[in-house]
Amino acid sequence: MPDLNHAFVRALAGGVLIGLASLLVLLATGKIAGISGMLSRMLRPRSGDTAWRLVFLVGLVAGAALAFSWIESAAVYRPVRSLAAIGVAGLLVGFGTRVGGGCTSGHGVSGIGQGSKSSFVATLVFVLAGMATVFVLHHTRWGVAP
Amino acid sequence: MNPRFLLLFAAGAIFGFGLALSGMTDPGRVVGFLDVAGAWDPALLFVMGGAVSTIGLGVVIWRKLRGNAGWFGTKLPAREEDPIDRRLVLGSLVFGIGWGISGFCPGPAIANLASWRTEALIFVPAMAVGMLLARVGFKADCD
Repeated sequence: MPDLNHAFVRALAGGVLIGLASLLVLLATGKIAGISGMLSRMLRPRSGDTAWRLVFLVGLVAGAALAFSWIESAAVYRPVRSLAAIGVAGLLVGFGTRVGGGCTSGHGVSGIGQGSKSSFVATLVFVLAGMATVFVLHHTRWGVAP
Repeated sequence: MNPRFLLLFAAGAIFGFGLALSGMTDPGRVVGFLDVAGAWDPALLFVMGGAVSTIGLGVVIWRKLRGNAGWFGTKLPAREEDPIDRRLVLGSLVFGIGWGISGFCPGPAIANLASWRTEALIFVPAMAVGMLLARVGFKADCD
């Protein structure tokens, strides 16, 4: 049994599970397993189109709850910002993922995994934008206290 | 219970378990990955590598064996490309800024509802509002 408390082992094992789950969604629905798209489409329900997404997201919360209670290192949680900043970030993430057509799961995992060029570009942009944002907030004088 | 729903519940649970196991639900770790000028934490590269290669390999093998037929009468979509346009780039840019501020992307934020984290309880509704704004202002997901 590999040491599941080693960060890289956990990261790789978790990644394989995420990829496997995304594959199952694709096979069972013919749709990309993108979390932002699922949530967005549930906000505007259409007949026949909402139930499976709700089932998946409830499963997601249940699976996370299991991991949080079983694996000590999975429960590590270090928030980095004030609640006001978190609210602003939530708005940006919701807006940006839907205008850009996907998030870390839809573009970053399912899109790239199937060789999509546009998903590769989107992922490159949001990773670089995230890095630039962290740089400004943590390493320049424009950085604000958390 | 409907077997398709059972499978999708299981898929959701595997996804959520994987997110938590991988460290993606810890905003401190995510920001550590994005912090290339600080104490850079490369672990999330392994998350991405594991996830991308698993679905990539899985799809290739499945298509070889079964073509475009999924389960439950589902047809796998033909490989289609979104256009690489201003929407894709600007949307992803805005998403990346929010991700860098908070360390949350949509999946991990929802996963953190499991432990009733205050940040998740604020982030997820705010994200929903952002999605509605994208729909009203930019006709996102109106297909």
